[in-house]
Formats: sequence, structure tokens, C-alpha cells
Amino acid sequence: MLKIEDLHVFYGGIHALKGISLHVPKSKIITLIGANGAGKSTTLRTITGLVKAKKGSIKFLDEEILGYPAHKIVHMGIAMAPEGRKVFPNLSVLENLKLGAYFRTDESSIEKDLDWVYELFPRLKERKKQKAGTLSGGEQQMLAVGRALMSKPDLLLMDEPSLGLAPLLVKEIFEIVQQINEEGRTILLIEQNAKAALKIAHYGYVLETGRIILEGTGQELLNNEDVKKAYLGEA
Amino acid sequence: MSWESFFQNLSNGISLGGLYALIAIGYSMVYGILRLINFAHGDIFMLGAYIAFYGMLIFSLPWWLSLIVSIILTAFIGILIDKGAYKPLRNAPRISALITAIGVSFFLENLGLVVFGGRPKGFYRPHIFDEIITIKGVRILSLTFYSLVITAIFLVLLFYIVYRTKTGLGMRAVSTDMETARLMGIDVDKIISITFAIGSGLAAVGGVLWAMKYPQINPLMGIFPGLKAFIAAVLGGIGSVGGALLGGFILGIAEIMLVAFMPQLSGYRDAFAFLILILILLVKPTGLLGVEVKEKA
Repeated sequence: MLKIEDLHVFYGGIHALKGISLHVPKSKIITLIGANGAGKSTTLRTITGLVKAKKGSIKFLDEEILGYPAHKIVHMGIAMAPEGRKVFPNLSVLENLKLGAYFRTDESSIEKDLDWVYELFPRLKERKKQKAGTLSGGEQQMLAVGRALMSKPDLLLMDEPSLGLAPLLVKEIFEIVQQINEEGRTILLIEQNAKAALKIAHYGYVLETGRIILEGTGQELLNNEDVKKAYLGEA
Repeated sequence: MSWESFFQNLSNGISLGGLYALIAIGYSMVYGILRLINFAHGDIFMLGAYIAFYGMLIFSLPWWLSLIVSIILTAFIGILIDKGAYKPLRNAPRISALITAIGVSFFLENLGLVVFGGRPKGFYRPHIFDEIITIKGVRILSLTFYSLVITAIFLVLLFYIVYRTKTGLGMRAVSTDMETARLMGIDVDKIISITFAIGSGLAAVGGVLWAMKYPQINPLMGIFPGLKAFIAAVLGGIGSVGGALLGGFILGIAEIMLVAFMPQLSGYRDAFAFLILILILLVKPTGLLGVEVKEKA
């Protein structure tokens, strides 16, 4: 569904991505793990068109999307739940969700999707009139995911959904990621919490200082000695 | 001061405040989205007045049609100014855009001098605006009353767009966080153009009403109303549409009342407005309704 080949990105004078290639097949959860500054977020930001690439190719459904403006990429069916949630704090929960569906014109199915998001996250329904800035961190993460889903994406990009959340909430978020995937959506997940991510991922890539150094199924990576040492905190 | 003259002054103040508000909103909306003080805004106001002037003079359009034509053309000019002068600097340091705005302002003023000529031109005031109406002994010019009605109509329209439509939601999203707004599939360039169009269109309404009030126009007429409206926008909290509205009315009423209560200070009327600006910047730099905004890099 998404195919990245030999992607080079310079970010503030730094060669942030040094020719990465990865493949996200349809209906799978793919994860990209790595330490801080490895280039994970840069990868996602390049896919969404927020960062320009120097060289390489990003094909989505066989169409080259590199160089497209960000909003057009969203229209094509790629949505992102950005790092740090980035909800609009001064807008209500409902307005945030409606922004997710901003470019859609099929009003009746937007309503249906809104119900679906409320079903996934009942707490958002309770707080739909509340300003998003007043929500707790976990609720804001739910809102960020729900908002991304409102664009009815074929591919959902998630940037560190567990960041700053209590372990119980992390578990809840990851369960929902799985549920969304089971309903047929493809997910590219970026995580520092490598263990949790690899557990639910079908396939994973390990990114280190702008290069992919390892790849394999979630299980393979979980059992890999290097991964264990570097990312899972096991000796 | 008698009851009648108090209300007479109050109605003048409200009407002047409405005009300030119309202009201030354009400043505030553009600032809200681009963090740019569009110093050319007062000159856009001037162009609005001239377009209506020529609409009535050359094409003999009725006043209301001239107003509508002026709104549309001025809105279009606003978009062109953004595309031509500000858009190439979107990723440049903000000081560059600010200096450019001052440059655009000088350019429009001098272009006006060349094209329209420096001599003030009498602006036609339609009869319906030229009557004296008396309400309970308070005598006011019908223009004062109608100008407030027209202002109110456009403000209601504006608030409807900003708070009740999808485009308005997009505008509020872009002004909060431009990058995340892009991730929502919002075409940010389009929203910026719409913002310039709305702000410039409202300035045109202000320009035409202002021209009927005085009733003459010249290419430099935008400078002072522009500065006053800028003060109003800062007073209310720049970036906030409601704040611009509040600031406009407060400044208009305060100015008129100053002159009414202390006629000996009437020569300091403009200085008084700047005093308000200095005070608000000292005491509450975010303005009355403003919230602290994160500076965009």
C-alpha cells in the first residue's frame, strides 16, 4: 500500500534519513522503532508532506506522492495522529473531530463515522462539548486518534501514541490500535515503547541514525538479541 | 452635560467605534493566522473608498451596489497583496514580512497619489443618509444610525462565517496550529486567501461608510483610521475577532467622549488613542480578550 524507497531527507542541515526503504502492506500493522533522534518522526512527517525530501520515492497505492502538499496527501487517504497529540486546545472535542473530516463532503457518513469514533472512545462522547485543552493526556490521545480516523483513512500513521501516558492507558491505546486494524485499516506505528509496539505489529523496522538496520516480523524482532539489548532493556 | 447631548455623543461614539471595529477585525484575523501586522490594511480601506467613489461617479451605480462592488474588488486586492507580497515570505523571518507590509502601505499610498491625484475628492452622500433623525430629543444624522446597522449586518455575517461554517472552523484551526491544520487536509493557502478577502472586504465597508461620514476622500485617508484600528485590535487582544470588535467600540466611544467632556483636549484626540495603546501594552499586552499565543517559529 505504501512503498518508500531510498528516501533521503535533510532536516535543519542534518542528514536525518540516509536512504531508508520500507513497505507497508495493506491491512497490516507495521511499526518503526528506534531511539530518540533516529529519524522516526522525520519519516512520518515526510510521508505526510510536512517535510520535503531530497531524494527517493514514496508511493501510495502506486502513485508517487513525494512533493504533494500535505492537504492533498490527506485527501488521498493518509491520516496522522501526530506526536504530542496536537489537538486544537481552544476548540471543542466535537469541533476537533469535525476537523478530521474537514475535506469530506458526505455529511451523512460523517455522522456515522462520528458515532463509530464515539463507540471506540466513549469518553470523547461524554466530553464532546468540552474544550480539547481541558482533557487529560490520555483523552487527548484518544481525540488525536479519533480525529485522524474521521478522515476515513486507508492508512493511519501514529507518532508515539503512548508518549507520556500511564501504563494502563498505553495498554488501552494499543488495544484500540489493534481493533482499528482488525476493522481493516492499515497502520504505520512509530514508537519508543518498542516492546508494546512489536507485540501488536505484523512487521517491524528498526531505525538507527537515519538508517534501517534491522527488519522482521514483530515476533522475530522481539526475540532478536540486539533489539533486546538496545530497545527492550533486557540484557 | 444634558441627557440629550450625552446620547448624541454616545451614538457618535458607537458609530465611529463600529468603523474602527470593521477595520480592526482585518488586522486581527490576519495576525491570528500569519502573526503578521498587515500595515497596509489602512490603505486597503482607502482603496475600498475609492472603488466605491468611482463606482458611483463613473458608472453611476447606486450607493449600495457601489458598496458591494467595492467589497468584492477590495477583497480581491487583499488576496493579491498577500499572494504578491507576503506569500513569498511565508518561511522568512517575521520581521521581513512586517517590513514588507510597511512597504506595501507606502506603495499603495503613493500609487493612490499618482492614480487618483492628491487633491481630496468630495464623496457623494446619498439622501437617505443625509437626514437628521430625532429620537426623544436626540438629534443624529441618519448616516450615524444606518452606518451602525450596516456594520452590524456585516459583523453578524462575519461571526456566522467564523463560528458556524466549515470554512470558519478551518480558519480557527489554522490560526491555532497551522501545521496540524495541514494534517487535517485543510488547504492552508486557501484559508489564508479567504482571511485576506474577508478582512479586506470589511475594510472596504469601513472605507465607504467613513467616506460618507466626512464626506471626502484622499489617498492618505487610510493612515489614521488604520492606526486607530490597529490600536483597537491590540486593545481588544490581537488575533481575536471578538476582541477587535470590543476594542473598536471602546476606542470609538472613548475618543468621542473625551472630546465631549473635555473640549479643551480635543486637539489631543489622536494622542489619546496612542496613550491607550501604550497603557495596554504596559498593563495587559495580550489585550482585553486576548490569550497568550505561542510565537510561531
